[in-house]
Amino acid sequence: MTRTVSATAISANVRSGETSAVDVVDAALERVAALDLNAFLSVRAEAARTDAADVDRRVAEGESLALAGVPVAVKDNIALRGGPTTCGSRLLEPYVSPYDATAVTRLKAAGAVVVGKTNLDEFAMGSSTENSAFGPTRNPHDRDRVAGGSSGGSAAAVAAGAVPIALGSSTGGSVRQPAAFCGVVGVKPTYGRVSRYGLVAFGSSFDQIGTLSTSVEDAAQLLEVVAGSDPSDATTRPEPVEELAAAIDSWEPRGARIGWPKEYFATGLDPEIRCACETALERLAAGGAEIVEVSLPHSERGVAVYYIVAIAEASSNLARYDGVRYGFRAPADDLQSMYFRTRAAFGAEVKRRIMLGTYVLSAGYYEAFYGKGTAVRARITSDFDAAWEQVDVLLAPTTPTPAFRIGEKVEDPLEMYLNDIYTVSANLAGIPAISIPYGAIDGLPIGVQLMGPSLSERRLFEVARFLERGVGSGSSP
Amino acid sequence: MKITPEEVRHIARLARLELTADEVTRFQVELSQILDYVAQLEDIESGVSAEPTPPDQPLRQDVVEPCADPSALHGQAPDFVDGLFRVPRVIE
Repeated sequence: MTRTVSATAISANVRSGETSAVDVVDAALERVAALDLNAFLSVRAEAARTDAADVDRRVAEGESLALAGVPVAVKDNIALRGGPTTCGSRLLEPYVSPYDATAVTRLKAAGAVVVGKTNLDEFAMGSSTENSAFGPTRNPHDRDRVAGGSSGGSAAAVAAGAVPIALGSSTGGSVRQPAAFCGVVGVKPTYGRVSRYGLVAFGSSFDQIGTLSTSVEDAAQLLEVVAGSDPSDATTRPEPVEELAAAIDSWEPRGARIGWPKEYFATGLDPEIRCACETALERLAAGGAEIVEVSLPHSERGVAVYYIVAIAEASSNLARYDGVRYGFRAPADDLQSMYFRTRAAFGAEVKRRIMLGTYVLSAGYYEAFYGKGTAVRARITSDFDAAWEQVDVLLAPTTPTPAFRIGEKVEDPLEMYLNDIYTVSANLAGIPAISIPYGAIDGLPIGVQLMGPSLSERRLFEVARFLERGVGSGSSP
Repeated sequence: MKITPEEVRHIARLARLELTADEVTRFQVELSQILDYVAQLEDIESGVSAEPTPPDQPLRQDVVEPCADPSALHGQAPDFVDGLFRVPRVIE
């Protein structure tokens, strides 16, 4: 497979007139059509060509576009006007998005061209894309293995070189985990950094749109475009978006304090992934960084907290799928039966989470589960706050293992959930995190994760770029 | 924590989910396992809670804005007639 031309390079070439957006998008559409991973749920070939011609016209008129002519894939739980937003679910199969998500509006304004919508676990609930109603996405490094999830389609599309950048979404690790499994860069920004307007709600106090790319620089460029406050999402952060991509190469580790959270290196971690993290720490130390052991004592409970609080929010958010205003409706003779039969079309994992969420919020159990969950969530946040007194950035594994086999964990929901053990805490605390490819085990990519305080994306990109220089950009199957 | 089949059916009713007999059996086992796992939070005192959004979020102006094209929304409905969403019979 050919090495992906970066979004930054494509954009520069389109701006200078060396190539046209139409040619770039045509080539991307050919690669998408040749892809055999079930990464895309829909491809908008004609619309993308029209959009590309429009970008060429804007460039000719002298507009300076940050992502001029860059083909981008968008996870199919993010609205794109006039096309499907299935969320990988039968319930939204008939749905046509009446508007663009704010992140998509910003992509278009910057000259990016959406070529298609990517596969995901139904309603973003899963860690393998096996919960999609439209079949699992395959890992481009080994077709018998999962691409990760829930943004598995976006990660696989980028890893296979079909598109240089893609949008995903993260509620508990759904960008970093597939990025690690597919060998690409995945960013979960600070909660509220990217507008959730047009992102289908799952766990609203966790959900955040994130980026997938082959390089750190492209991730920074893409986030710079889609980030920022939005009147249509009251939880967006009001702080202006700083320059994220410019001059990230000039950062040096001297004087930086890098933490390694000891709880992340305990039992269950693949020794080779531990070794990759240690190599990364050694590189930073050799560059002059101070390496500090820190403790995040409540992090082991992150998955338990997540599976109480996020599912409680999910059961509430998914109550809207009632067959009345949009989406699938099952035939029935009375209204109550219509609700019950329509909602029977949810897949097993979505039903499981609605059931659990309804249970933990039900009378008599609310305090024992939801109350405890939010209390421990507060402690996990305090653990991070204490860590930032000692260090600038935390370095940890992204996942305990490389990509597992398709079908390996589908019968054991709990084991599937534990795949998120290193990623959920950043979502619980609302802090930014990035996973970068850092080596491989028997051809399967490994991800190393960096976490920082809220709105420290710039610093994360600088450290990630420094580490990336040591391994080369991205890893192509 | 052992969930009974009656509890599974009760939760499914609250959530408006039609479950097959197989699903009831399966969820009884799986929900019990997951609740056992999350029981590890029992020893933590509750009371404090946390949301990642800072409390001083600025709110937008409360101004009515017209919807560009309501028909695009109505067109999504499985059954929309004469300006109304139509559903099956609610009462006898």
